[in-house]
Amino acid sequence: MRVITLAGPPSSGKSAVTIKAIASLKQKGVSVGVVKFDSLSTQDQLLYEKQGVAVTTGLSGNLCPDHFFVSNVEESLAWGVASGFDLLVIESAGLCNRCAPHIQGVLAVCVIDNLSGVNTPKKIGPMLKMADIVVITKGDIVSQAEREVFAHRVRQVNGSATILNVNGLTGQGGDELGRLLQGAPETISVEGKLLRFSLPAALCSYCLGQRKIGADFQMGNVKKMAFS
Amino acid sequence: MNESFLELPLAVLLVQSPLAGEFFPTLGLPLPPGTMSPAAYFAALDNGVLEDLALERDSLVEQFTDYLLLLSTLGKGRTASRLESITILGGHDKSGRREDFSLTVRPGEIISLVGPTGSGKSRFLADIEWLAQGDSPTGRSLLIDGAPPDPGLRYAIDRKLVAQLSQNMNFVMDLSVEEFITMHAESRMVEDIPGVTRSIISLANELAGERFSPDTPVTSLSGGQSRALMIADTSCLSNSPIVLIDEIENAGIDRKRAVRTLVDKQKIVLMATHDPILALMGERRLVFKNGGIAAIITTSDAERANLKLFEEMDAKLGAVRNALRNGERIE
Ligand SMILES: Nc1nc2c(ncn2[C@@H]2O[C@H](COP(=O)(O)OP(=O)(O)O)[C@@H](O)[C@H]2O)c(=O)[nH]1
Ligand SMILES: Nc1ncnc2c1ncn2[C@@H]1O[C@H](COP(=O)(O)OP(=O)(O)O)[C@@H](O)[C@H]1O
Ligand SMILES: [Mg+2]
Ligand SMILES: [Mg+2]
Ligand SMILES: [Zn+2]
Ligand SMILES: [Zn+2]
Repeated sequence: MRVITLAGPPSSGKSAVTIKAIASLKQKGVSVGVVKFDSLSTQDQLLYEKQGVAVTTGLSGNLCPDHFFVSNVEESLAWGVASGFDLLVIESAGLCNRCAPHIQGVLAVCVIDNLSGVNTPKKIGPMLKMADIVVITKGDIVSQAEREVFAHRVRQVNGSATILNVNGLTGQGGDELGRLLQGAPETISVEGKLLRFSLPAALCSYCLGQRKIGADFQMGNVKKMAFS
Repeated sequence: MNESFLELPLAVLLVQSPLAGEFFPTLGLPLPPGTMSPAAYFAALDNGVLEDLALERDSLVEQFTDYLLLLSTLGKGRTASRLESITILGGHDKSGRREDFSLTVRPGEIISLVGPTGSGKSRFLADIEWLAQGDSPTGRSLLIDGAPPDPGLRYAIDRKLVAQLSQNMNFVMDLSVEEFITMHAESRMVEDIPGVTRSIISLANELAGERFSPDTPVTSLSGGQSRALMIADTSCLSNSPIVLIDEIENAGIDRKRAVRTLVDKQKIVLMATHDPILALMGERRLVFKNGGIAAIITTSDAERANLKLFEEMDAKLGAVRNALRNGERIE
């Protein structure tokens, strides 16, 4: 199974572009599942279900959704493998600019939108700077000049990522994104892999700087989600 | 470029690569003193500062190297994007019926795309933007100068072959026209920024019916003024040799001159349109049906003569529109 972590600020178009990429992958016979991490509530479960995409949602409650994510990522993969997906997309809440769900050796995607302003790339932390693919959305609403300035600013903070413009409404670029996602490395388990960036302090072992994934390393306030 | 630049004092590095210093403020870091090398600077950064900015010492070196590489490719990109021709090879329509065409277009040519909504005009433009190699839903392929393009060009955001004028030209930045164009010019790394900015604004004023000044906030430009500004900007600043126009609204601008402006700069213009004046400006027009190209029509002399007629009608209507606006009677 190919695994992708997908992060980005709220409403940047994460679900929209994922749905477009999945639609294109489906036509090629690729089966895709989605795990959505959020804090309190999410519309995304419905959004994906409406498109016939298999999805599980995890709500972190009073924990940082990214911390909650690390404590549940292995189970997410196990669910994906058991469901027989070719590809698993893990969409994070994107609520915390300081955290990033990106894992070494797992394809990392960041979605940001042109409307967020040219200074945003500077402000977004590791979820942008450590991404392999940066998807820029909502190019339909701004001028060509703004698109160019924005993409340039992204390049300034992440010079090595592949940058792709995708329109979450019309789907332009969705087929191309699907193709890139298919290039994700095969991953059966993430046990023992490292997060690309340490998550800041909060309540669990990962708050204390732990970067190793696995039950043995989860301590303190660890919450587990239910998989159907 | 090799790794040794990391050991050079910043002041020396800045002589070779004047924009290298921008790296630091972009990440929220203070500028190192000129006598200090980036390597020494990164090594001396306080852990607390790194944590606050969500940076890691080791990846800073890598990021800085990438950044310098970016600067050097940007410089090259400006000269490398000339091309002699593009060729589009047919794929298939929505029902899988083969399209039998090979279309070669050269700089300075206009091709218009016509056909009902849903017939595949935008998809055709997307195939070009994606430099399709039989790997888009239409199966079409694109050749540059007769050969498949370098695959790296697809994602080379700073060397893009294709610029696309948005259907929608709202601005979201809170800047004056002059600040906005200057910012764009900076990101394109052009040399004479104030000069380029001035000529873009004056060209835009020629294209727009109503004048605006460099101090006008971009958000208060009228639809026509923004379109004029973006066309002037794309023709002067964008280094992409191909310009795609998808059903641009044309109220409030001299559309014929606008398209001419792009073509004069030796760009290839592909334009999806329902507007007869724009459609007939093309040397050839592609007729879309069911996702495929059903015909390629070369504009005839008779059509060109009609175009003149349509332009006169259009000018008359324009005069009436102006008269209305000025409170005159239309009698
Ligand atoms: N105009 C426009 N709207 C978009 C685009 N991509 C997403 N949206 C809209 O932006 C809103 C937020 O998108 P969503 O996918 O829910 O964002 P998420 O919170 O990052 O998952 C939705 O209303 C989308 O329809 C785009 O490319 N252009
Ligand atoms: N040859 C084709 N094969 C498959 N799908 C196509 C083809 N051409 C167009 N489409 C799809 O048909 C839909 C409508 O096409 P579009 O290009 O948006 O039409 P237009 O711009 O002319 O209104 C889009 O979803 C597009 O991807
Ligand atoms: Mg979402
Ligand atoms: Mg269209
Ligand atoms: Zn966090
Ligand atoms: Zn924690």
